[in-house]
Amino acid sequence: MESALVIVIGVMTATGVYLMLASNLLCYLFGLILLSNAANLVIFVAGRLTRVVPPLIPKGAEAPVEPVANALPQAMILTAIVIGFGLLAFTLALVVGCYRELGTIDADNMRLAEPLPEPSTGSSTGHRGD
Amino acid sequence: MGWLLALPFLWPIAIGLLAFVARRQPQLSRRLSMAGCAGLLLIAVSIFMQALDQGPVAAQMGNWPAPFGITLVVDRLSAIMLLLAALVGLSVAVFALADVDQHRETLGFHGFYQLLLAGVCGSFVTGDLFNLYVWFEVMLIASFALLVLGGEREQLDGGVKYVALNLVSTLFMLMAIGMIYGLTGTLNMAALHLALAEIDQPAATHMLAVLLIVAFGIKAALFPLYFWLPASYHVPPVAVTAVFAGLLTKVGVYALIRTFTVIFPADFGFARELLLVAALATMLSGVLGAAAHYEFRRILAFHIVSQIGFLVLGLALFSPLALAGTVFYMAHNIVAKTNLLLISGTAKRMAGSFELLKIGGLYRASPLLATVFFIAAFSLAGFPPLSGFWAKLMLVNASLHQAAYWVAAIALVTGALTLFSMSKIWSEAFWKPHPRSTEDAGTPLPISALPRAERFQRMAPAIFLVAITLAMGLFPQPLVEFSQAAADELLDPSGYIRAVLSPAAR
Repeated sequence: MESALVIVIGVMTATGVYLMLASNLLCYLFGLILLSNAANLVIFVAGRLTRVVPPLIPKGAEAPVEPVANALPQAMILTAIVIGFGLLAFTLALVVGCYRELGTIDADNMRLAEPLPEPSTGSSTGHRGD
Repeated sequence: MGWLLALPFLWPIAIGLLAFVARRQPQLSRRLSMAGCAGLLLIAVSIFMQALDQGPVAAQMGNWPAPFGITLVVDRLSAIMLLLAALVGLSVAVFALADVDQHRETLGFHGFYQLLLAGVCGSFVTGDLFNLYVWFEVMLIASFALLVLGGEREQLDGGVKYVALNLVSTLFMLMAIGMIYGLTGTLNMAALHLALAEIDQPAATHMLAVLLIVAFGIKAALFPLYFWLPASYHVPPVAVTAVFAGLLTKVGVYALIRTFTVIFPADFGFARELLLVAALATMLSGVLGAAAHYEFRRILAFHIVSQIGFLVLGLALFSPLALAGTVFYMAHNIVAKTNLLLISGTAKRMAGSFELLKIGGLYRASPLLATVFFIAAFSLAGFPPLSGFWAKLMLVNASLHQAAYWVAAIALVTGALTLFSMSKIWSEAFWKPHPRSTEDAGTPLPISALPRAERFQRMAPAIFLVAITLAMGLFPQPLVEFSQAAADELLDPSGYIRAVLSPAAR
């Protein structure tokens, strides 16, 4: 089971990274989804995969009687999923905003904030001697 | 005690939420923002005093004992970072009253600003890797919002690059956290120190170190990973850039320091070699970028990168003097850098542009502003007797002690290039007459032409910060001693571990 999950995580990570390298922001978003799910699965596997009961203490007992599942990774994944979802929603809204305002979702065409040096400005003016 | 350590993030969150509710009433939200920052400063000062005379102090949330519950812990390094964050937070908040327009205020600027401070302070006080991740996210989402707030085209463009690369860092950090948990079974930093020292799996620990270096290196803007910073830092209002420049990258450096002093065992040399190369490359490439540009804020943005190199250099050299140098440099740099960006905002207001070729004559328009810029810039370049000089002196000394002569040489070359680009700003923006030939010509507005309230809001923070810079430079001894004590704590984290793990601390 572990090895199957490890392979799944590896494939998801590789696919996610490949997609995130694209200059198309939509590809980037899908890569982000895959990679964040891969990260969540890493935490999940880190909590050890066992067939045990939920960590509930029976009535009257002081401690759980049977071996119980580790609840901490689950709590962490839950947090990470919530945060990841929020970030994803924000990024999606940002990409939509970009498409509306800039008319492109291709990162290579976004040069507003970092204009390419023109002959009249930028570093080529360093020698204008004054 | 516990409640005091929780206040640095609970207080700004509470104020931030109130500010969101009140965002349509500008006066109220402005007052809330002021109250929030002033309160944060009081909290930071009281925590600082406590850490100063008690050493590391810890608190367990909900009374769960240390490796299981949520731990908050403050040692000298966290205490001074909190204090600096509060100082910068207050100064920039005052400046923002003049700099941020009403449209952005009604969109919730003050609320996001408080949340950003909460995330920054939370990262400084947490004693647990997963909580560090959560605070990073709080900080990140607030910074995303601040960066694109207002939705100008440039902001969206820069925002995409900022968001895209920072999310990668987040995911790397999350994966590293998962693997560390799988390897050791704990995420408490103090417990990790003990657990990782016992684990003899060099391949696994090396991989985790690299993952964490990449994750925190993106946040801190280390050499091959910094391109998001100069691509995005110059697009939002100046107040936002100033607080980003002062605090956000430094949180990444703080996390690196924490990781490679407290979490990983002290004999872990592999990461330090990696950090050393990255630090030197960061210093040089950042300052070369600054030397090549002709836009006020973009020069300063490249300088942020270059100075991150200095901060990480101290960690990579890993001697008491070098770490003390890093702490001193951190204090100096946060203050001076924030101030320079605030000044760039006022310069833009007076001269009308950030392009150095299109502006000029600022010295004549405001000798006071020019003096403040001069002190902050030459402090950054490391001119004696200003604060940057002592910081660089400590780091260069530390590298000479280790016979790393080429490290010292690169540090000095970087210092010289910093001076070059700073004097470029000085001569272009302040000294030369205003170029009347360009289309947006006209003499710069003299500062006395600004409304009185705005003049105060723009100049008071800059003068306040420059006074701190001067104090650090002229009377460096207390801060040097403090930095040395902080470095000793970092090199021997037993006090930190005892504060977190011993039952008496509960």
